[in-house]
Amino acid sequence: MDILYLLIPLSAVLVLAIIGLFGWALHRGQFDDLQREGERIFDEPDNG
Amino acid sequence: MAIASAPARPAYNDTVVRGFALAAVIYGIVGMLVGVIVASQLAWPELNFGIPFLSYGRLRPLHTNAVIFAFGGSVLFATSYHVVQRTCQTTLFLPKLAMFTFLGWNLVIVLAVITLPLGLTTGKEYAELEWPIDLLIAVVWVAYAIVFFGTVGTRKVRHIYVANWFFGAFIIAVALLHIVNSAEIPVSLTKSYSAYAGVQDAMVQWWYGHNAVGFFLTAGFLGIMYYYIPKQAERPVYSYRLSIVHFWALIFTYMWAGPHHLHYTALPDWAQSIGMVFSLVLLAPSWGGMINGIMTLSGAWHKLRDDPILKFLIVSLSFYGMSTFEGPMMSIKTVNALSHYTDWTVGHVHSGALGWVGLVSIGALYFLIPRMWGRKTMYSTRAIELHFWIATIGIVLYIAAMWIAGVMQGLMWRAVNPDGTLVYSFVESVKATYPFYVIRVLGGLLYLTGMLIMGWNTVMTIRSGKVQPATIPPAVTAAA
Repeated sequence: MDILYLLIPLSAVLVLAIIGLFGWALHRGQFDDLQREGERIFDEPDNG
Repeated sequence: MAIASAPARPAYNDTVVRGFALAAVIYGIVGMLVGVIVASQLAWPELNFGIPFLSYGRLRPLHTNAVIFAFGGSVLFATSYHVVQRTCQTTLFLPKLAMFTFLGWNLVIVLAVITLPLGLTTGKEYAELEWPIDLLIAVVWVAYAIVFFGTVGTRKVRHIYVANWFFGAFIIAVALLHIVNSAEIPVSLTKSYSAYAGVQDAMVQWWYGHNAVGFFLTAGFLGIMYYYIPKQAERPVYSYRLSIVHFWALIFTYMWAGPHHLHYTALPDWAQSIGMVFSLVLLAPSWGGMINGIMTLSGAWHKLRDDPILKFLIVSLSFYGMSTFEGPMMSIKTVNALSHYTDWTVGHVHSGALGWVGLVSIGALYFLIPRMWGRKTMYSTRAIELHFWIATIGIVLYIAAMWIAGVMQGLMWRAVNPDGTLVYSFVESVKATYPFYVIRVLGGLLYLTGMLIMGWNTVMTIRSGKVQPATIPPAVTAAA
């Protein structure tokens, strides 16, 4: 099962990247005011 | 339009959205027509007509490629380009490159329509296209990523709306899956061999195959769900916080479900068990998202009675819930011993494909198409209502027939006489399946009829509408 030497490290790198991305989002305040952000899509007039 | 007091506001780049939306309707009709043809061939093999180009083995990959990549892909391109501009309050990054993705993706589809009936195939399920087309797909996909992430990067709103996270994950994952799985050694322009062999190839193939389901047919369409359901229901998603949890939980746990496609094969037992466990874990984020979407209507259930577009969107989520319960259950090895290689699998796939992906796409297109052609609604709302009921009855006929056929096949194949011989020969199970294959043709025919109604409604909407550039609203731009 040599293929696992490719797929498992790939998954590990991916999980680390996802953790990094999550940390970035957290620190940049992406999740600070979730109530407001969920409603923002209605700010725009319905013109398409 | 010119307003004397203010400089002209930039308009959204919707040309490419219109192109993909129209392509989606056309490819939907074509792909589902081919589906009805292959379903008929299974019931009545005479319909192969002895013509190699029209034989089941060549048309079946044409059907899957047409509905997944031509129809589903066009829906994803159209909606992601629409949503990312609205939620980021900016125009597309490099609109010419976006137009290149439209032309390139359509070229891929044309090449698929030519090569698959000619029998040019790598033989890898859902990755049948030969190496030159694989290269083209990779180029188009990288361009797509540049346009999408460029647009997110130049956004005028600080927060990245949850739908964009789902679209972004879908774009990156599909790029990775496609490149790893399509590694192949060309021997001529039309023939290549996979870089992997035997069980290694099987493992890569289903790592790709299941994640294609997870990211192409799930994450991308969840992005659609998180924008178009709130917009159509005119209320924010039930819990925006839960939608964030849904996203991260789903992408953290998805990647290793693939081995459940290889139960009881040469794949090591422990790898099969890992696939099963990860598949079971997936039930949690899937149902969290499903409940979140449906509960968006909490306190406004009456809207479901009058609005056929919401019917499409909400019923799509109930099929999403059904198939994400059924999938983990079928990944359990003992259940899989019964279900594997039977038509139950086909029923499961179509519960997800017709029910979830199909209905959510159709609902989003019914929201998108009138707005892209300067109208408030589609030409005929009654036709949408009719489409909904025809499609839903079609799905129920299809999946119920396949459930019964699948369980019956599984039971017949494993039935053993006291002396150890098989009770039924294989052909007896084929014979017993015949009525269910006919019911499936009927279900598919109904679903196709719904798409034809949509085609008519789309033509009438476009004919009576007028393209009006949508400008970025100044108030929002100023506030951001």
